Amino acid sequence: MTVILVALGAAIGAPLRYLVDRAVQARHDSTFPWGTFAVNVAGSLVFGVLIGGAAGHAVPGSLVALLGTGLCGALTTYSTFGYETVRLFEDGARRYALINAGASVGAGLGTAFAGVALAHAVWG
Amino acid sequence: MRPERPPIDPDVDLGVPRQRAELREGRAGLLTAIAVGGMVGAVGRHGLAVAFPHAPGEFPWATFAVNVSGCLLIGVLMVLITEVWHAPRLVRPFLGVGVLGGYTTFSTYAVEVQQAVAAGAARAALLYLAGTLVAALTAVWSGMTLTRMATGRVIAGGSPPSNAGSRGDVE
Repeated sequence: MTVILVALGAAIGAPLRYLVDRAVQARHDSTFPWGTFAVNVAGSLVFGVLIGGAAGHAVPGSLVALLGTGLCGALTTYSTFGYETVRLFEDGARRYALINAGASVGAGLGTAFAGVALAHAVWG
Repeated sequence: MRPERPPIDPDVDLGVPRQRAELREGRAGLLTAIAVGGMVGAVGRHGLAVAFPHAPGEFPWATFAVNVSGCLLIGVLMVLITEVWHAPRLVRPFLGVGVLGGYTTFSTYAVEVQQAVAAGAARAALLYLAGTLVAALTAVWSGMTLTRMATGRVIAGGSPPSNAGSRGDVE
């Protein structure tokens, strides 16, 4: 059953990453990969809220599978992030590559912690 | 000047004219390919997480392996479809955006670091945090470099060659 929920969530998460990435890029004329940065940070926040809520039994495991493992898991990506970082470096945009690596990990981690804290604050 | 530079963003790069137009050319097929690919990738990731679970505070090997192997594969895939082979329209959306994007995950990585810290395993958290980043970036670079070597596409200075000359080789 869980695997079906994961698949369903991913069927939404993966196209959502593509559409959000496009929308963000259309608003920034920059080689910095803001689109991927945005989905990774947003997905980390939501997954943090879900995990924090699950720890307090406020969010059922099925919802974590659907929205966390499935949707957020497919919305966020390490392969795209990794490829972009290496390509920026290879193209000579080394500062962007370093900033992308540092900022993605820093902001993703920060929002995951914030999400868990938020869930604890809301649901105790 | 390169007629069409390899993209920076493998999901979609609006700097590449062909990708800018792809949503207009057939939205349903494109988004379906991404969704189906995403399901395949996410189910694979979930399967590995179930097969190799980790206790709170332990190093999350399953996600580590997923993210590093996915990074190796995106390096191979992107060199193949941007520098070697003029791939059919839905290959990148299905395999790159869908399968590999659904397989690898940033949110699980971030939450697992938080969970390790919360379990009092700061050292495992830090090792996982830095280890994934270093191994994943090395994997992308290795995948790209090995594929360029295997297909005879290595040129001095590390700059990838244009794919203009190879258009139509395979199609």
